[in-house]
Amino acid sequence: MSTYTPATSGADARRAVLSTSGRSREQTPQSVLFMILLWLSLLIGFVTLAVLLIDTFADGLTRLDGRLFTGYPSSRAEEAGARPAILGSLWVIGTTAVLAVPLGVAAAVHLEEFADRKRWWNRLIEINISNLSAVPAIIYGMLALGTLALVGVQQKNIVIGGAIALAMLILPVIIISTREAVRAVPRELRDGSLAVGATPLQTTWRITLPAAMPGIATGTILGLSRALGEAAPLLLLGGLVFLRFDPNGLLSQFTTMPIQIFSWTAQPQAEFHTLAAGASMLLMGLVLLMNGAAIYIRNRYQKRW
Amino acid sequence: MPEPMPQVRDAIETELQHHQQATREVPDHPERTVLEVDDVSVYYGDYLAVRNVSLDLGHNEITALIGPSGCGKSTILRSLNRMNDLITGARVEGPIRYWGQDMYAPGIDPIEVRRRIGMVFQKPNPFPKSIYDNIAYGPRVTGMQVGSMDDYVEQALTKAALWDEVKDKLRQSAYGLSGGQQQRLCIARTIAVQPDVILMDEPCASLDPIATLRIEELMAELRDQYTIIIVTHNMQQAARVADRTAFFTAAIDPVTGERHGELVEYDKTTKIFESPADSRTEGYISGRFG
Repeated sequence: MSTYTPATSGADARRAVLSTSGRSREQTPQSVLFMILLWLSLLIGFVTLAVLLIDTFADGLTRLDGRLFTGYPSSRAEEAGARPAILGSLWVIGTTAVLAVPLGVAAAVHLEEFADRKRWWNRLIEINISNLSAVPAIIYGMLALGTLALVGVQQKNIVIGGAIALAMLILPVIIISTREAVRAVPRELRDGSLAVGATPLQTTWRITLPAAMPGIATGTILGLSRALGEAAPLLLLGGLVFLRFDPNGLLSQFTTMPIQIFSWTAQPQAEFHTLAAGASMLLMGLVLLMNGAAIYIRNRYQKRW
Repeated sequence: MPEPMPQVRDAIETELQHHQQATREVPDHPERTVLEVDDVSVYYGDYLAVRNVSLDLGHNEITALIGPSGCGKSTILRSLNRMNDLITGARVEGPIRYWGQDMYAPGIDPIEVRRRIGMVFQKPNPFPKSIYDNIAYGPRVTGMQVGSMDDYVEQALTKAALWDEVKDKLRQSAYGLSGGQQQRLCIARTIAVQPDVILMDEPCASLDPIATLRIEELMAELRDQYTIIIVTHNMQQAARVADRTAFFTAAIDPVTGERHGELVEYDKTTKIFESPADSRTEGYISGRFG
């Protein structure tokens, strides 16, 4: 393709004149085709998401009003609201966080900092945690159901039951992201702490965990935002109920936003579908907000060592 | 000719002082032995990393451990305050006595050992905390009774020749300091728990020549109060600061073909650099290998 000026002798032997034909091998037909394919794939994903969002937005905008926040479910669509579902979601997610975060962080810290990796049971636990994150959500619902039955709780649709299911669901996410965050803390920081006479426990509490905190927070928020949108395990626990009161405790009956949306879309009247679209927007907004916060924390506290 | 930059002039002066340091009188054998390495071998799993090392390290002296890469000098250094315990599979055989007491004996708490024998690392490793909290960390975790933490922090920073540079930004992150300042902060952090011995593992490896000279100057100042043991790749540095020098090398076992570190020669620095007893030392010093 390119023309070389034949070198005459000595110092000129390795010198060549660069081709000025304007044709670059960076843009062969194959590479252009490949780029087009990549762009198409991206476009399909992006357009689908955009259409979905715009369609939901157009449908639900009329019902994204005050009544959605204050009203109780009703057989008349114009009066119905998602107040118990919104509060129920907050109750369940709050309880989930209280259950899953300390447990997940502690498990991750143990595996990463204290467990002897030569022991077969520790390796077994590690493999299992990776596998747990691939278990279908509904299985966790059954597990929570079993747990409640085991401790002799008759009423299955209660806040603590739903929280147990969701906590188990997001535990692998929290453990894995915490382990990664803890592992990213340089060995030198721990050494520095131990070299002044700190115990391994003090080192973990005062140096490693604070340094890993942004990563832990990011993983935790992402896990919770996944739990927020989850319906399957809660449906299994009998979350699909018609509630006209606010949940007020761990043993209170509840429903959550995804379930409320599900129940409204099952109604024949179009007004309920509008309502479902409005609630969907609210749910999406919440999830986006949480994920945004996770990204913000990740970028803001990017590791500085 | 233009006037040399102030820091260059300072560096030259420091260099001259170091030369005077290097020529100070050192007795033939340490008068008081703080650490006694007695025929020690260190293993990583089944691998013998360094074998049969015997060293008497003198109190209030600076001892340099030199030698080519993989000769076991850092391994020995990390054995001196049980930092090797933290590496899975690492095992120290043979006693290392601290003021006559075997620090590897059963019942000895490695935390206690590390509090008395502090360590400064190759790469400055300040904690992601404020300058103040970096210094206060050691006294806090070890439960030291200090009258006023503010005064205490000032003392430690002054000893590490850092106070004047940081006194107005004690609450700022230690990561805002230069590499040389960070390393002096790490030295101050070590001093703050009032250790007896300070181990330094190539403390100037990541620093520029001027910051290096400041650390060396600091070591000379600290010698009167502490015992300093330094691993260095820089032979000029060993010659400048150390009272005694131990030369290590790696030997290949003729039977197994494995490389093991070993101590070749340990003597006064002037002796090691001017008239070494072993031809391998001479070869390394004169730059023929390593």
